[in-house]
Amino acid sequence: MIHTESLARTFTVGKETIEAVRGIDLDVAEGELVAFLGPNGAGKSTTLRMLTSLLPPTSGSATVAGVDVVAAPAEVRRRIGYIGQKDGAGHNHRVWDELLMQGRFYGMSKADAAASGEELLHTLDLEALRMRKVSSLSGGQKRRLDIALGLIHAPSLLFLDEPSTGMDPQNRANLWEHIMRIREQRGTTIVLTTHYLDEADAMAERVVIIDDGTIIADDTAETLKAKQAGDRLTVVVRPADAAAARALLGTEGSELAERPDDDGTALSVRVDAASHAMPGVLARLRDAGVDVVAAAARRPTLDDVFLNLTGRSLREGES
Amino acid sequence: MAVLTLPVPARTNVVTDVGHVWWRETLTILRDPFSLIFSLLQPLVFLGLFGPLLSGLAGNGELFGGSSLQWFLPGVVVMITMFGTSMTGSTLQFEIMTGAFERILATPLSRSALMIGRALKELTPLVVQAAIITLVAIPFGFVLHPLHVLVGLLILGIFGVGVGALSYALAIAARKTEWIFWAVQQSLLFPLLILSGMMLPLETGPGWMQVVSKFNPLTYVVDAERILFAGSLGDVKILWGLVAALVTAAIGLWVGIRSIRKATI
Ligand SMILES: Nc1ncnc2c1ncn2[C@@H]1O[C@H](COP(=O)(O)OP(=O)(O)OP(=O)(O)O)[C@@H](O)[C@H]1O
Ligand SMILES: [Mg+2]
Repeated sequence: MIHTESLARTFTVGKETIEAVRGIDLDVAEGELVAFLGPNGAGKSTTLRMLTSLLPPTSGSATVAGVDVVAAPAEVRRRIGYIGQKDGAGHNHRVWDELLMQGRFYGMSKADAAASGEELLHTLDLEALRMRKVSSLSGGQKRRLDIALGLIHAPSLLFLDEPSTGMDPQNRANLWEHIMRIREQRGTTIVLTTHYLDEADAMAERVVIIDDGTIIADDTAETLKAKQAGDRLTVVVRPADAAAARALLGTEGSELAERPDDDGTALSVRVDAASHAMPGVLARLRDAGVDVVAAAARRPTLDDVFLNLTGRSLREGES
Repeated sequence: MAVLTLPVPARTNVVTDVGHVWWRETLTILRDPFSLIFSLLQPLVFLGLFGPLLSGLAGNGELFGGSSLQWFLPGVVVMITMFGTSMTGSTLQFEIMTGAFERILATPLSRSALMIGRALKELTPLVVQAAIITLVAIPFGFVLHPLHVLVGLLILGIFGVGVGALSYALAIAARKTEWIFWAVQQSLLFPLLILSGMMLPLETGPGWMQVVSKFNPLTYVVDAERILFAGSLGDVKILWGLVAALVTAAIGLWVGIRSIRKATI
């Protein structure tokens, strides 16, 4: 469905050259759901805009839905749906007018556009806002309308740039339910970007981590977490016991880390199946005379993966 | 990779695209008709306040080849066309900022349809405005030649599409600084209007003005409109007006499409 080779894009602002995307190689098969994850300015939107033919690449190539984005941008646009990061609906227009016209822009008949529009108003809980002026909608309501605009023509390939940003949990859940349903019904291929780690983790089968314009990891969330981070076991001990605990934990697992804690020192170590390993480790610590104040077994998150790959946390970069 | 069996939506043609873009924009007028009513007053004020001054200036009417109203009214119609279409880019600029422009660029709409549709939206109320000032002017001695006026409006429409496309390109060029759009629009609009002999006849002006006006496409359009509104069809100047309109439209669309392609919104 998507194939890119060394796709790159630079911007020139004044005398400065910004390498927004530095050579991305990506293959997405039909029916996949891929999430781009990365900090602000990583190049996620720029990549999407090249794939949707909105921005010509500086170098490299991309084929989307069987069509080259540089050679036949108009053909690419006919085959995809795109929901950008900003407000897609015109602020001076009415909700229903925008929906209907969007369908017409894609060559749908009035009746088809209206039928699809009605369904989307219903699933995205926009029915009461039908004749409202877009500028009068709240941020989350506008976002839901944007999603409806991107889905009206039921594209077989859909790009979503931060679809759920600004939505409350209820509507985020509704949105995902809707996306999953159309995917099931139509086998839609979906590429999206998100800042919500839990969302990428739970929804996408494949997570592509982008940092500084390059792909630094690309796999299922499960594999990434298992390979790049793994389970961690953390114990808090009093300062007097720290040395003994450190020595013992060093033999229990790998990647021993340490940080100060209110009750003394928190030591954490990477072990397989941490919650199962915990009782044994605690018993051995006690035998070694270490008084454990608190203990936790934690499954890794995608943030741990990012931290492990770059030394930075994604959460700090969140806006 | 699996064989792609994608249901690709039907290809639309440029004319349908223009219709859709035009209708989307026109809906904003229909949903808020008050703005239209207000804009209808503007040319009437102009005609009502400027017209009598011109008649006074003309004395026996020699300068305007007969009735000053017959001379001035087509000028007002051209003027409101210029005001309207040169502002095509202002609503676009707002949509570039909010993001709607990007969403529409991602649809399969043809690029020229984006510009033509928007320019036609600005021309739509002008047809109503032109009809109203014409009807109002009839009791004051204006003679209406409906068919000729229709041809005149057609030429004006083609010209307006060119101006609208240029305004569209200007909005993209000035997308980061809003005031530049208005600065350029205003500082081009008035010289163009005055140097076309639209408001006051150039025949009595200095020689350099007459020379400059020959390079202003609007001059030829205004001349053609005057002849048409006066009820004549055989004059070659009408052809020149049409040519000027077509050239403006072609240049405008060419510049506009280039700037859409090059823009990194
Ligand atoms: N039109 C532009 N002109 C100049 N620089 C740009 C432009 N668009 C993006 N950039 C720069 O390119 C880099 C990547 O931007 P991009 O919008 O792709 O990031 P992103 O990953 O989508 O970030 P975010 O999570 O904040 O949306 C940034 O440094 C940005 O400043
Ligand atoms: Mg972005």
